[in-house]
Amino acid sequence: MATQTTSPNVRPATPLIRRGLWASKRRREQIVTIISTMIVAIGLIVILFPLVWMLSTSLKTRAEVAKFPPVWIPAIPQWDNYRAALTGENRFDIYFKNTMIYAGGAALGETLSCALVAYGFARLRAPGKNALFVLVLATMMLPFWVTLIPQYIIFARLGWIDTYLPLLVPKFFGSAYLIFLLRQFYKTLPKDYEEAALIDGAGYFGIWWRIIVPLSLPAVGAVAIMSFMFHYQDFMGPLLYINSQYNYPVSIGLQQFRAPFGGTAFHLLMAASLVTLIPPMVLFFLAQRYFIQGIVVTGVKG
Amino acid sequence: MAVQTAQVPAQRKRKPALFGLIPAGKIERREALWFWIFISPWVIGFLAFTLYPIVMSAYYSMTVFNVASPPVWVGFDNYINLFNDRVYWKSLQVTGYYTLLSVPLGIFFGLMLAVLLNQRVPALGVFRTLYYLPALLGGSVAVALLFSWLLNPQFGAINLIIRTLVGPNGLIPLGITGPRWLQDPNWVIPSFTLMSLWGFGGTMLIYLSALQGVPTALYEAAEIDGANRIQQFFHVTVPMISPVILFTFITGVIGAMQQFTAAYVISGGMNLGAPAYSSMFYNLYLFLNAFRRYRMGLASAQAWILLIVILLLTLAMFWASRRYVHYESDEEGAI
Repeated sequence: MATQTTSPNVRPATPLIRRGLWASKRRREQIVTIISTMIVAIGLIVILFPLVWMLSTSLKTRAEVAKFPPVWIPAIPQWDNYRAALTGENRFDIYFKNTMIYAGGAALGETLSCALVAYGFARLRAPGKNALFVLVLATMMLPFWVTLIPQYIIFARLGWIDTYLPLLVPKFFGSAYLIFLLRQFYKTLPKDYEEAALIDGAGYFGIWWRIIVPLSLPAVGAVAIMSFMFHYQDFMGPLLYINSQYNYPVSIGLQQFRAPFGGTAFHLLMAASLVTLIPPMVLFFLAQRYFIQGIVVTGVKG
Repeated sequence: MAVQTAQVPAQRKRKPALFGLIPAGKIERREALWFWIFISPWVIGFLAFTLYPIVMSAYYSMTVFNVASPPVWVGFDNYINLFNDRVYWKSLQVTGYYTLLSVPLGIFFGLMLAVLLNQRVPALGVFRTLYYLPALLGGSVAVALLFSWLLNPQFGAINLIIRTLVGPNGLIPLGITGPRWLQDPNWVIPSFTLMSLWGFGGTMLIYLSALQGVPTALYEAAEIDGANRIQQFFHVTVPMISPVILFTFITGVIGAMQQFTAAYVISGGMNLGAPAYSSMFYNLYLFLNAFRRYRMGLASAQAWILLIVILLLTLAMFWASRRYVHYESDEEGAI
């Protein structure tokens, strides 16, 4: 659709010389859009391929997995692999229960504590606040490994090894990243309601609970989901503190995966792995708007 | 994160107490008190789970300590032992190589994808979500296991694709059958890089929102000046989003230096660092010393060196970026 500008004001020279595909700016942009879309679509196939391969492997027979050259698609999908992978020696029912307690508890603790702390930093004025906030941000840079050994020793002395206490208790004291994220959101809220409430004699805690929390529910929800997601996948923490199989979360259970009759049975391993990815995927698709918002806020304004 | 603490002189009515930490006015005092109440969870957590452990970790790093018996002071012996430890140097080299390979590639692909998506691509939301999905799952045990299977030299999908395309009987018969990936010491780090690149949707997301923040007027002006698309990219886009590039670079470096889960899972927890120490990431060796050999003092020294390296690198990156990073005049001032 080349631009048909036949008005006498336009000099006829340019359209006559520059014909063809690149004739108009609009045409050029359309071509760029089409090429970009094609590259992005091909890239998407590449990016999603590993997950497809995971699904395909999980439905193969043991013979198909060990076949050379490998087969792309199993002849008959072996749905029974999923039952075999998740039961028997692998108690994924217990692992999932433990994971839900861990991830749910951690999300609750982090959300609650971060919502409180972020309000202090976003709204209340006190001398030394800015310096303290810089300290909060600085702890984000701190490698987790520096505090790990002394923390381990403290928790070992408390007799908390092989329980979820060392993993859950610290979550009730906030996390720098989520405090930062919520503070950024609180700062965008209008101050009118709070000022009105203050004049009416409301206390700061009441303001936080009755005004700020309801107004920031989307952000608080995003923080809760992010925290849940992180702890659902956490491997390092449970690896250090959890020893017995009946306390394993999904991440450790998967790493310790035992195939019936021994040997690495990749079809069963992939079946179990895929199942563990389903909860985060579902949660992500349901709440992706909040997720993307959260990442963008911290990324750009960081 | 350039922090310009533009300190507004605090309003001092009468006598601010405790070095100005307690304001003079009654209302201000009440507000300051509530500030401390609200942030008290963080303060307690910081003291108990960050500050105290950091100090103790510095102390342990000067001792021989196996948890069972009390620490014995040895001064800088742990640091000297690390300096003479060939595996320790190997772990530094492995981590450095991985960081230098994976971070720039991640930024490159993230930026390229963001630029492509920014060309009025239809169904942007769908693409954005699906590209981000691997970044979300990337740190999990399941994905580490998936890649160890994908990269299996004989039965894995990646070599299957390579053979189908360029193998002896492939579409273009070049006789290439693909490397042995995680089983070949020379290919281990590229394998881990491939795994980390799978999650490049995370950086893409940050760049995409940064690109959408670049004023279109700048591109129009550049176009009038006769700049083509490539010139516009290097002279408008890159300078405008350079603070974001710096941010992703710094967080990328800090993240890559702390690679652990995938390295642990792929070795099955048995032969940490195999083959031939080629996957002996820094923190894997730290973990090995701390929780397999119970050399807590030595491991604390490793952790402290990591802290100092990260600190120096971050400062160096900020310092080096002063010339190249363009900051818009910031209206808001502090943070």
